[in-house]
Amino acid sequence: MAFEGLADRLQSTIKKITGKGKVSEQDVKEMTREVRLALLEADVNFKVVKDLIARIKERAIGQEVMESLTPGQQVIKVVKEELTTLMGGEQSKIAVADRPPTVIMMVGLQGAGKTTTTGKLANLLRKKHNRSPLLVACDVYRPAAIKQLETLGTQLDMPVFSMGTEANPVDIATGAIEKAKEEHRDYVIIDTAGRLHVDTDLMDELQQIKSAVTPDEIFLVVDSMTGQDAVNVAESFNEQLDITGVVLTKLDGDTRGGAALSIKAVTDKPIKFAGMGEKLDQLEAFHPDRMASRILGMGDVLSLIEKAQTNVDEKQAKELEEKMRTMSFTFDDFLEQMGQVKKMGPLDDLMSMIPGASKMKGLKNAQLDEKQLTQVEAIIQSMTKKERVDPSIINGSRRKRIAKGSGTSVSQVNRLIKQFSEMKKMMKQMTNMQKGKKGKGMKFPFM
Amino acid sequence: MSFINKLKNKFKQNEKEEEVSKKYQEGMTKTRNSFSSKINDLIARYRKVDEDFFEELEEVLITADVGVTTVMDLVEELKMEVKRQNIKDTNGIKDIISEKLVEIYYGEDQAEIEKLNIQEQGLSVILVVGVNGVGKTTSIGKLAHQLKQEGKQVILAAGDTFRAGAIEQLEVWGERAEVDVIKHNAGSDPAAVIFDAIKAAKSRQADVLICDTAGRLQNKVNLMNELSKVKRVIEREIPNAPHEVLLVLDATTGQNALSQAKTFSEVTNVSGIVLTKLDGTAKGGIVLAIRNELHIPVKFVGLGEQVGDLQQFDANAFVYGLFADLGTEANAE
Repeated sequence: MAFEGLADRLQSTIKKITGKGKVSEQDVKEMTREVRLALLEADVNFKVVKDLIARIKERAIGQEVMESLTPGQQVIKVVKEELTTLMGGEQSKIAVADRPPTVIMMVGLQGAGKTTTTGKLANLLRKKHNRSPLLVACDVYRPAAIKQLETLGTQLDMPVFSMGTEANPVDIATGAIEKAKEEHRDYVIIDTAGRLHVDTDLMDELQQIKSAVTPDEIFLVVDSMTGQDAVNVAESFNEQLDITGVVLTKLDGDTRGGAALSIKAVTDKPIKFAGMGEKLDQLEAFHPDRMASRILGMGDVLSLIEKAQTNVDEKQAKELEEKMRTMSFTFDDFLEQMGQVKKMGPLDDLMSMIPGASKMKGLKNAQLDEKQLTQVEAIIQSMTKKERVDPSIINGSRRKRIAKGSGTSVSQVNRLIKQFSEMKKMMKQMTNMQKGKKGKGMKFPFM
Repeated sequence: MSFINKLKNKFKQNEKEEEVSKKYQEGMTKTRNSFSSKINDLIARYRKVDEDFFEELEEVLITADVGVTTVMDLVEELKMEVKRQNIKDTNGIKDIISEKLVEIYYGEDQAEIEKLNIQEQGLSVILVVGVNGVGKTTSIGKLAHQLKQEGKQVILAAGDTFRAGAIEQLEVWGERAEVDVIKHNAGSDPAAVIFDAIKAAKSRQADVLICDTAGRLQNKVNLMNELSKVKRVIEREIPNAPHEVLLVLDATTGQNALSQAKTFSEVTNVSGIVLTKLDGTAKGGIVLAIRNELHIPVKFVGLGEQVGDLQQFDANAFVYGLFADLGTEANAE
């Protein structure tokens, strides 16, 4: 893959400076160059990158980085901070009109995902906010667009207002508001046709709809894979309609999503939601800080560290380490460790936070199964205390009992025991390795 | 054997065929006449070939989504060339830039890579793939219309059984292009639809079968497996088919397009690209990198929502288009 994370990019520069007592201005320059390339590769707009780099350089050349003991890490921290500031805080609130219905208008280019997002948003409003939305099919141009929204309406069991393809979108919108008032619907979500931001006729139409129904929210729906052009699109939609927020779609893909940064920079409007899949419940609040990490291609390393720090009891961790070294690691410890990992959140999330994990072939296709974890837990819990400490005593009849007790099969029990002994072996090797390296141990690549 | 002569020839040809279709010109007005004048502008502003000059060149290309690596390589090559030929003023570099860019696109073979592979005899199968919302169904509608105009008997297969309204959308395009659409119910197995469509196309002695598929993000393993199953069904039913696998790319897409091209190629062996939505302000420069790295040519460009808005790709016009904003930027600053 052509993409490298910022951490990878910075590595060679960092290698050069580790060991040096001081970081020179030249070093910082080299590092910011790598930052620039990383941002450009992530599709952040050129001009936005330029401004960012200027600010980062200023801070980096200042004392912050140059006097730090870990300049590489410090640069990443500065970059991430700047990015997070630019992205703004989390804002996934939806306006509520003083007098219902609250009107939301969805706008954007063709194929951005407006109709799907309309359905998802309606679902979210009902589920999380206990609202009853009316969907409005104003896309009279694209073949079967109305049908698409109607199908979504059926799937959600929600009413869809349409007047066919012959009607004027402005009339449809005003008609829908009337209907919503009659039926006491508290939200109206208007799905409009996709259009190019340079198409003056169609942009006029949006303005007409806007002045006819005075929406409380205008959401610009943008494909997260958008490249450098994102600034042009966002800028002109914002100029002509004064949007209130942005929905970023298809974020479940493998794009870096630098467009998010560009859009925020040129419009200064919050990105409120992110589309995370094709199912109708896959619309999530947008997390600016996570996006910053993603753009940098470093996974969510920082939040992973934070998570680990807050969730793993340090004392427990020390004990565990001691046990690993002395090889007295038992099934009980294993159970405890699993509990720690589980506390950090869903496994899939954790995996995606580890940089490079997506690149590892074996991991990519391993659909992590929480169910399996539960099974493992059940198996261990079906062991006696003695068995947990000394697995070697687990003979055939004990295995049968354990399988019965945990609702699994003997082969599953066998597999776990085998894996456990292999893990122990691996731990031994690892602790030996660490000794050889004077306790340097595992480190993240950018440290 | 200089590229520049070829380029000039193509230029002349283009001038001759003024009716190259008004649509194309309308769609690419911003892109078309600008190349030489923009380059001239840049050259006028920087008389000397220096770092600033290269930096702006870099900027212009990156803004067109050409991709950082490709741009860096190109600029590196240009710098070398400038040194080698001892070029001091910017006039001398003009030809080299266009030469290099077209070279990146065409590489070794200058054969007719844009032409669609349609069999003289028997059924030709075209499989159309891509991520969500790039314009697969619309492109199919336009392509069907075009082939029909050429006197081919065309059948469409509604292989997108997943997205709401997708089948109906293809049916509308089928009516517009006056071709038959083979469909199953929403939610059914796409491979089964394609299988039936092949049977139907054979028995009706159609010339071309165009298979629509559901949009899928390339990192969804299961959905990509489904796609390879569809392809296997086609391969099994007709030897040497599919004759074309067209990947539809949205011109507004950035660097991710490369990842799309790579993964879809691994699964379906993509033979050509349809670059859609080029009537906006996006330049779709990433196809340069895709062509360069993966050797997949662009076959068509989409320039609007009308049935006639699909045009054969013209590499030269496209390359000029990448520089469209150079002059305006220069004036603004």
